[in-house]
Amino acid sequence: MAGRPEGGIALPFAVSRIVSEGVPLSAPLIEMRGITKSFGAVKANEAVDLSVAPGEILGLLGENGAGKTTLMNVLFGAYAPDAGEILVEGRPVAIHNSADALAAGIGMVHQHFHLAPRLTVLENLLIGIAGKSGRIDRAGGLARLKEIGRQHGLGLDPDLPVSVLSVGEQQRLEIIKALFRGAKLLILDEPTAVLAPSEVDGLFAALRSMAGQGLGIIFISHKLNEVRALTHRCVVLRHGKVAGRVDHPASTTSAEMAKLMCGHEIVPPTREASTPGAAVLTLDGISTSGHAGTPLRDVSLFVRAGQILGIAGVSGNGQRALADVISGMLPPQAGTMAIAGKTVAQFSPRELQALGLGRIPEDRMTTGLVTNLPLADSMVLPRIGTEAFSRKGLLDPAAIRAFAEAQIKAYDIRCPGPMVRAGALSGGNLQKALLARELAFDPKVLIVSQPTRGLDIGAARFIHEKFLAMRAKGCGIIVIGEDLEELLMLCDRIAVMYEGRIAGTLSSADASVARLGLMMTGAEGHA
Amino acid sequence: MFRLEARTSTPAWFNLALPLIAIAVTLVLCSGLIAMAGAGVIEAYGVMLSASLGDSYAITETLVRAAPMIFTGLAVAIAFRAKFWNIGAEGQLLAGAVASCAVGAIPMPGTLAMLLMALAGAAAGAIVALVPVMLRVKFKVDDVVSSLLLNSVIYYALMALIEGPWKDSFSGYPISPPIEDSANFPVLIEGTRLHLGVIVALIVAPLCWFLIARTTLGFRIRVTGENAEAARYGGINVQRVLISTALLSGALAGLAGVGEVGGVHFQVMSDISPGYGYSGIVVAMLARLNPLGVVPAAIFLAAVMTGAEAMSRATGVPAFLSDVIQGTALLAMLVALLFTAYRVRRVGATT
Ligand SMILES: Nc1ncnc2c1ncn2[C@@H]1O[C@H](COP(=O)(O)OP(=O)(O)O)[C@@H](O)[C@H]1O
Ligand SMILES: [Mg+2]
Repeated sequence: MAGRPEGGIALPFAVSRIVSEGVPLSAPLIEMRGITKSFGAVKANEAVDLSVAPGEILGLLGENGAGKTTLMNVLFGAYAPDAGEILVEGRPVAIHNSADALAAGIGMVHQHFHLAPRLTVLENLLIGIAGKSGRIDRAGGLARLKEIGRQHGLGLDPDLPVSVLSVGEQQRLEIIKALFRGAKLLILDEPTAVLAPSEVDGLFAALRSMAGQGLGIIFISHKLNEVRALTHRCVVLRHGKVAGRVDHPASTTSAEMAKLMCGHEIVPPTREASTPGAAVLTLDGISTSGHAGTPLRDVSLFVRAGQILGIAGVSGNGQRALADVISGMLPPQAGTMAIAGKTVAQFSPRELQALGLGRIPEDRMTTGLVTNLPLADSMVLPRIGTEAFSRKGLLDPAAIRAFAEAQIKAYDIRCPGPMVRAGALSGGNLQKALLARELAFDPKVLIVSQPTRGLDIGAARFIHEKFLAMRAKGCGIIVIGEDLEELLMLCDRIAVMYEGRIAGTLSSADASVARLGLMMTGAEGHA
Repeated sequence: MFRLEARTSTPAWFNLALPLIAIAVTLVLCSGLIAMAGAGVIEAYGVMLSASLGDSYAITETLVRAAPMIFTGLAVAIAFRAKFWNIGAEGQLLAGAVASCAVGAIPMPGTLAMLLMALAGAAAGAIVALVPVMLRVKFKVDDVVSSLLLNSVIYYALMALIEGPWKDSFSGYPISPPIEDSANFPVLIEGTRLHLGVIVALIVAPLCWFLIARTTLGFRIRVTGENAEAARYGGINVQRVLISTALLSGALAGLAGVGEVGGVHFQVMSDISPGYGYSGIVVAMLARLNPLGVVPAAIFLAAVMTGAEAMSRATGVPAFLSDVIQGTALLAMLVALLFTAYRVRRVGATT
């Protein structure tokens, strides 16, 4: 390796190896050399080199399963690497566990938070930090919490129990926790996957402020616009190896980075012009109550055959209730709903399925699939009582297996087979499995929530293409989402939800990110 | 240093190995108690083994003991599959015993009597199990607590019955009148107590496996237990599945009581069950909630129970050891189950 850990492959657009503006060129804070880590036959990381300088924000990019989390877990001491070494400020260190990592100045905010929900913000910060005499220094902790909050705009009420914090606030607490323990390098594993777009700006401001004080940051994401906006430099992983490095993310196009991530060009699908048919789903004056979250108030909307209707809005404005009503999880208080002209009587999931509704829930892991059972079980779940999979109350295991195998093949679901535990699949493959199960029976109407949340570009593109293919076949689709660009690309019409109502509906020709954004704040109504 | 690391998959042989390891650990741990009681460990376990499985009579006695625990084990296994936490198999067993005893005391042809006893006992167990499940479904009452407390209610109702209307008027003992002789379950091997109910238990176990693994109801039970929200989203009527599960579970536990009345005691008394309902929980856990595993697990516990009595007589170690072994086996199994989700990894000096 001749002491040149940064030796990546040459790229046409990576012309300079000089670190971006404003970042001092100094000895790396952290250096990982030749890291290799296998899980059985899977090489999650292979000879990966990476370094972060003080004050630098390094983007770690890659599709789902590229090995980003594994690499960071190696750095944080959760896994011992099969080969390779880690240097902190030029000295080799052995990191066996998170305590070693923290001692070396490495802090990590995991994809799933590690907080004690019943304890307060301050108590969570003080867990495991005893003072010199073994006493807990509440006053000192409070002062530091205030200080960190002031410096980086990361304010939190110290006495609130964690259980009442929003996801964004919990993430903030995790960041503060790392700083509290003296982290010089902060790792954030897909921090924006759980945030609403408005919260992302706040996070970025805080990260820039920390970098400004000399902290090194590793920012993991597969959202290219975020990486381009925030990072000084990027390392792109593909199949566990470094596929490339980007020295000026801000001046590199998303298409170039996407190509590095996926290994091939990603062309956005085109929405062909179409002539929509009759309304296949209509909601008339739907109101709800008794639902955690914003209830619906007098919502009326319709979708025609061969049309895609987007539902935009800041999350928490009734989207969840809308999805639950349409999918039969929440019977409305008032109003009527009809599918293909037939009025819905009971609002049970089973009735709606029978009427020809396909559904993809927002939360794949808890609502969509049964993670502890074989994938095949989840794939046949909604239709287990039909002729296709059972007769007279007896299952037809051969038919179930054959169906799952066929769908795995048709949708290119990467998994060891239909009998694998569904929870072992990655998010993108789970989403494909759910899509396969709903589309296999040609729904007349499809309702999907956050269809590509957490998915990488390749998987997202696949999902988009399927939606457009269904549209061409005359299916009416409702897409509930927060990503306005995605909605503008997919949808024929976009309705905006605000405080449980439809604030207005635009045809996509009239819509723009700016206009929708304004409507989402309740500023403009449009019928 | 060692550390637990999450597994992504569980090897199939674990299902077999874990209970065996748990049992081995249990026997090792309990050998300390035997030594403390002043007996030879090998000798004590030797007596237990020969008294429970050493000859054909011992084996039939062990099977007779195993039968009620097969039923209660199945009852618990099926309930737990749906995450209906039925801790009430004991009460359901008692209810089944009382109902079958009442039916068996009515003169009628033997075959009809046995059939009606089974039906009545199963129905009584099912009705008792209906209470906690309805409380849960309608009012979100915790089923662990309600099913457990119901055991005492049923027990004291039984006591009231045998101290009151059913009391033996000649002797004054608190025992019910016996069932008709014609209603006594036939003995399968002359000179033993091996009765028809034991064979029924051995047949019902694979039927339960078939129900769970191969029917739509079993599918719905599994899915509901693993993820009720996904089940509901997928069109399963979760409440109905829970109620069906409870009825089935209660009926199985009720049959345990039927077997004791029709095949062993021919009447009802206060100690008709030495806690077979609770042992059913241990059996189900050792069996990893697999109905087929319930049979060997129940036979193991039955062997411990019959063996412990003989060991106590031969070595002076108190027969309570049988309870300790049961409890330890449950704990060992619960710990062993951890290893289906996690593996132990050595972490030490690397690189
Ligand atoms: N604990 C594990 N056991 C087995 N395989 C794993 C484990 N963790 C990750 N993998 C595999 O390693 C690869 C990289 O995973 P990961 O690091 O999570 O990717 P990313 O974070 O980039 O999405 C994937 O193929 C994944 O299935
Ligand atoms: Mg990851």
